[in-house]
Order: sequence, then C-alpha cells, then structure tokens
Amino acid sequence: MTPDRSAAGLITPAQNTWCPGCGNFSIQHMMRSAIAEISEEEGVPIERFVLLGGIGCHGKLMDYLNVNSLYTIHGRSVPAATGIRLANPDLRVICHVGDGDIYAEGLDHLIFAAKRNTDITVIVHDNRVYGLTTGQYTPTSPTGFRGRSTPRGVVEHPINPLEVMLAAGATYIARGYTRKTRHLKEIFKEAIMHRGFSFVEVLQICATYSNLTDYYDARVYEIQDGDLNTARFESAIQKIREWDYDRDAPIAIGTFYSVERPVYEESFGVPRAGLEERRNRVRRLVEDWR
Amino acid sequence: MQEYSLLVGGKAGEGINTAGLSIAGLFSRLGYHVYMYFDYPSLIRGGHNFAIIRAADEPIGAHRTGVDVLLALDRKTIETHKERIGGKTTVIYDSSQVGEERGYGLPLDEIIREEKAPPITRNTAMLGALSRVAGIDRAILEDVIRATVPEKHLDSNLRVAARGYNGVEGVFSVRPLDAPKLPVLTGNEATGLGLVYGGLDTYVAYPMTPSSGVLHFLAGRADDLRVRVVHPENEISVILMALGLAYAGERAAVGTSGGGFCLMTEGLSFAGMSEIPVTIVLAQRPGPSTGVPTHTAQSDLHFALNAGQGEFPRLVVAPGDPHEACAWSATALMLSWRYQVPAIILIDKTLAEGAYSFDLDASTPPRDHEPVLRDGGEEYRRYRRSEDGVSPLAFPGTEGVTVKANSYAHDETGFTTEKAEDVGALQEKLLRKARGLKTELGGYKTVKTYGAPESSKTIICWGSQKWVCIEAAAEVGARVVQPVVLAPFPVEAWSEAIAGASEVVCVENNATGQFARLLREYGFDPGTSILKYDGRPFAVDELTARLEGVFV
Repeated sequence: MTPDRSAAGLITPAQNTWCPGCGNFSIQHMMRSAIAEISEEEGVPIERFVLLGGIGCHGKLMDYLNVNSLYTIHGRSVPAATGIRLANPDLRVICHVGDGDIYAEGLDHLIFAAKRNTDITVIVHDNRVYGLTTGQYTPTSPTGFRGRSTPRGVVEHPINPLEVMLAAGATYIARGYTRKTRHLKEIFKEAIMHRGFSFVEVLQICATYSNLTDYYDARVYEIQDGDLNTARFESAIQKIREWDYDRDAPIAIGTFYSVERPVYEESFGVPRAGLEERRNRVRRLVEDWR
Repeated sequence: MQEYSLLVGGKAGEGINTAGLSIAGLFSRLGYHVYMYFDYPSLIRGGHNFAIIRAADEPIGAHRTGVDVLLALDRKTIETHKERIGGKTTVIYDSSQVGEERGYGLPLDEIIREEKAPPITRNTAMLGALSRVAGIDRAILEDVIRATVPEKHLDSNLRVAARGYNGVEGVFSVRPLDAPKLPVLTGNEATGLGLVYGGLDTYVAYPMTPSSGVLHFLAGRADDLRVRVVHPENEISVILMALGLAYAGERAAVGTSGGGFCLMTEGLSFAGMSEIPVTIVLAQRPGPSTGVPTHTAQSDLHFALNAGQGEFPRLVVAPGDPHEACAWSATALMLSWRYQVPAIILIDKTLAEGAYSFDLDASTPPRDHEPVLRDGGEEYRRYRRSEDGVSPLAFPGTEGVTVKANSYAHDETGFTTEKAEDVGALQEKLLRKARGLKTELGGYKTVKTYGAPESSKTIICWGSQKWVCIEAAAEVGARVVQPVVLAPFPVEAWSEAIAGASEVVCVENNATGQFARLLREYGFDPGTSILKYDGRPFAVDELTARLEGVFV
C-alpha cells in the first residue's frame, strides 16, 4: 500500500468485522489519531510506524490501519517487535496484543521485553475474555467467571498485569478505558513517545461475551496530578494495587509509572559493515586462526 | 596414507577438549590434516572426557578405534579404552593418579607442585611427553603452547611441558610434511563463518548442545565480524526475533537442537506463510526428548523436512564437513532471501563439535544471490503475484510504502482473506517459489560422489557420515553418493549419481533409516541400511567391518 498522511487516509478499505459496540473501535480510532498527531507534531513520517498484532479480535487492527504491520502469531508479537526495533532504531514499534494473547500465551515475552527495556510500546486490548474462540476465561477474568471452558466458574484469581509489569522492570505503565477516548489517545501518545518499554493496559468492552460497560463506568476514575509520584516504585505499586481485577474497588486510569533507563537496543555497540567488509573479515579471521 | 591416532582422556574440567585441540595444533603445524572427535558426558566436573585426534597426510574426517598414543590423566581413561590399546600403542599416564602401568608414568602432581603451576597444566605436561614420544621438535611444541596459553601462564606451562618432554623417550618419528599449516575449525565455527560470508547481520540463539558452539563463536567474534548476537528468553522468542529483524531488512539466522526446534516450529510455519526469510542451524543429538544431550544422531531428518503446520517450501541442506558447512551456510542464507523461504542447515554433534583442518582457499566461494527488491514504480504490494512466486521486498521506513506482512492467508497487499480464490492463489504462489528454488539448485552440486566411480558397490550417506564412508569405501572398493541438499530433493541429480549401482547400502546414525525412507518416497532403492544409534559416530574400521558383512 501507499501511506496516506491524512487521519482519514490511515483507515484501509479492508472490511471491518468487529461486533457492533466493540471496544476495539475506540482503540483503532485513538491509535489512528495518536499516530497522525505524533507524525504531525514530532515530524515522524507515517512510514516509520510499525504495528504488530497477535491473534484475536485485537489483531484485526493490522488490516484496518494503513500503517506498516506485521500480523504475527498468537502471543508472539513482542519478540518480533524487539527484532524490528533492533534492526531499525528509527522505527516507532507498537504491539497490539490481547489479554489471552499476551498474558496467557506470550507472558514470558512480555516480561522479558520489560526486563530489557526495549523501546517498543505494548497496547493490551484487555476485554478479559477470549472473543474469537467464543467466550473462555483469560488470565484477567475475575474469579467465578463462567466461560465455555469453565461453566461452573473460574476458580483461579486473575493476575494484576500492571503489578507484573512493574515487577518485571517496565519503565512506562499506564491504563486506559475504551469509553474515555480522549484520555486513551493521550496515553497512547505518551507511551509511544516514551523512550524505553511502554506498557498500556486498556480496559476494553467486549459487547458479546463480557460487557462490563456499566461496571467500569461506575468505578473508573482518572488519576489527577498529585495523586501519586510516577517516578517512584512504591508510589506506583500502591496505586496499582488499589484494584486487583477481582475485588470491587475504584479503578484508576492514567499513568502509574514513568522512568528513564538505558534502552536495550542501544547496548549493542557493533559497528555496521557491508557484505564485502564482512567477507574480508571472515577471510582474515581464518588466516589468523588462533 | 601416513597417519597417527592419539587419545587424551581425563575428567571433565581438566581441559580435555583444549588438550585435544593443542595436539591437533601440533600435527597441523607439521602440515598434517587433522580430525578430532570429542566425547563428553552432560556434566561440568568429573565423569570421563576424551578426545581422539587423528592426523594424516591426506584429508580426513573420521576416527579409528585403535590409537598410537594414549594419554591418560586418570585410571578410567586406561580402563575405558582398553580396546584401543594395541601392541604398538604408547601409553603415557599420570602416575600420581593411575599407579604403575605399562608405558610411561609421569608424576604430574609432583611436577605441577615443583613448577608452581596451576592444575590445568597437567595437560601441558602430556603435550610435552607426546611431542617427545612422537619425535616432534621442541620448537613446534613451544610454538603451539605460545599460541594457546595466555601470557601470564606461559612460563609455568613451558616449564611443565619441558618436564613432560624430558620424562619420556622417543618412540617414533612424525615426519614434517611439505604442506600448508591449516587452521583447525569445528563444524559450528565453519557454519558461523559461512553465515557471515552469506551476509548475516544478526545471530539469535538460546543455548542448546550441540548448537551452542555457533552462539559462543559468533558472540566471541561479534566485533571482529561486525555481527550482532542476541540470546533471548527461549527458542520461540529466538525465531520470532529473527523474523522481526528480517521483516525490517536485516539478515538473521538462529541455531538450536531438536528440543529447541520443537519450540520454533510455529515460527517456522509463520516464516513460510509470511514469506519472511530465516536461516536455522539445526544441530542434531539423540532423542527422543532430552535424549543424550552431548552425543550424536541423525534422527531429525524427517522432522526438519516436515516441521510446521501447512504446506510451504523450504530449503534443507546437510553439509558433511566444515568446508560444506561454510559454503552451504552462506548459500542457504542467500537462497533463503532470494526465494523468501526458511532454510535449515541440518548438522549433528559429530560435525558441529568435531574439529577438522579447514582450507578456505580449497573450496570455491559460494555463488552470490541477491534478494528481489522493490524498484519503485507502481503501488507497493508486499505479496504481489509474479511468475516465479517471488514478490519484491520493501522494508518499513521506506518512503511512500506500507509493508503489510501476515500470518493469515492474505491477498497481494497483505490483507487477511478467506476467499477461496485468494487462498488457492496464495498456495500456488508458494508452490511456484518451490519450483523456482528447485530449478536454481539444479545449477549446484547437490549430490556428490566419491571413491571408485566404476564400482557396483555404492555407499549412500548424508551429513557428518561423509568422511567415514569415503575412507571405508576405499577399503572395500566402493563408491560413495552423498546428497547435500535434502529439500527440495534433487531427484534428477540423484538419478544420475546413483545410475549403475547394483549393491547399495545406506549408512546413517539413526535407528529407522530416515534417509532410506526419503529415497523410497521418491522411488529410489536405498539398498541395505547400516545403522548406528548409540549416540556415537562410526569409526572407520567399525564401518568397514559392517560393510564387509553386507558386500559379499
């Protein structure tokens, strides 16, 4: 395809197959706007953005935005994103992942990307249920959730992904909600512009299998200036633990943690070389062997 | 053939591998071709390690059972290798460990104490003793020590070597040859060099014996060779990282053994569908499961040929020695990019960790292949349909281009599709690439033959068993046919190579005759299988005896 720099031009002609009322529409449009605005404000050409998707409803975004994309396999977009960023540090690499996708199938990759502080952004479309496989529990489904694989209700407790990410070393941690769209877009922009590993958990409505609209609307509030110190681990962990995805509690959205640490890709100091130079180096190495 | 076989054995942690390589270095400096088989259990300290070094005045790549000199750092070495000791074998042993034995005892504890040398220098004493026994000039001995020992330990090593040298007497005399001193490389090192020669930018791997040598070698030489080496959390991440690198334009390769390759198969299939090039070094060891980690097998042939869901073209090459490993690793990487297919370099522990004399100038440099790149013009479509199935590549970051790669069935742009005509067209595109790759390989020596060309006796082998078969064939008057490319299978080249064969055997390091099965699939008669599946490669004399039992 050829990129179209207008915000409307970032939408492809591919037929959209999300359910009516799906939270993915907000994510799609806010990501489109975030990319268009960063491109405009920071002078980053659209061609330098790369989206990655796993497998699940979220992944369809790869077809819907006219931006470079690598539509990967279930749970595996994060290591591929790391590879892309290693190959070309000029690229802005954004992984769209699902909660089943990354918290179940690909959790190891997520933890290691945070540990490395690789300069990518991970946006989790967390609807707390498997949609495409028609309604099973995920790692963030609440205890007691009745899905098709757990008709008597889930006995496990959900994980708090923000807590996992803080422990793993993520340098940027935020949460958004698909019904707070402007707020969501600002978080996307902040995450993409953050130098290092950015993690954005998005509470997403699933219109068909787990519609938590009323539940979230009643509890979600935006973090205000002065609510916490985003540069301090202890302050972040306290706010992150306010709601554990299980018990009833106010649900904070906004930025929980944001610090600077050296970026993984920049630790490789190997100078680049063309093919001929490398071949000469191979010959020299054999000639001077031990 | 003028040849010598030597064995050095002791406990893990005593530097047996290094000692073996030093012995190889001695003979190499005298102009001999050398081969070293290194045998060790999966533990860090203790156990029994040994290396058999064979040196000859012509190219070799296999060991014999018997040895001319046995260097024993412990009693177990003598007990374990009784069958290798013959009437002419000189035994040199550490008398502080072994007690009294036939041969030359060296009180190594006393020597290192008196010379105030570290325990690891016991090896150096043995090297000194070996030099004296074999009539090797002391200057050459010291030259080898200087090349391998760090400066601060040099003096103590030289003193210990002299004690070993003076503690024994001359038994035979190795004649220096008027031949170049060739470097001694492992198959892993040659594979790594080949990848770099073929254009490698980044090597990604998780440690797994026997492939880790590629990882260690490239990581140690990353600055010299201008490559990047990454060790991620597991093999799933390894192959996905490589695919991300390649999607963004870097040439990446990965390395593993069977268990790690199991984890890579979803990534392999993704590479097949998304047409992102990746080169995989698959170093076999005995399975099933964890199996026998530090030993050898050729039991993943069909796994390599068939791994991954769905149907997609792939290149599988099986080099037989470091020369082929170097050349075919370069070629595999280049062809992987030219045809946008995954390439697998199938080796095994015998080749990966075996050490061989390596002559870079002796092999013709591999032919260059460039990837097909977008040349501007019309709107870019990542999966544009073309006559040969290969779509021009562009990378993200290119002005005016959106690059959409996809693991789902996709249309030319890269959009997901389930339409029957698109799904069919996609599969046909992949099939056209397979045909193109096969035609391209027609210009290569994909099947090699050795030995008596007119003989009706034919030995078929693949991979690391090449050299043992060449030598055994010479003893029984047979010829050898070796496929270097296993997929796409070189049917025509095989037909030509096998023409006229009446008595056929197929030699493999596995229990079910996997290559024989592949031949039957293509309608060829593999003859009688000669199999070995105890984790050890054939010795020349062992294989010769087995062949004599079949060829009447």
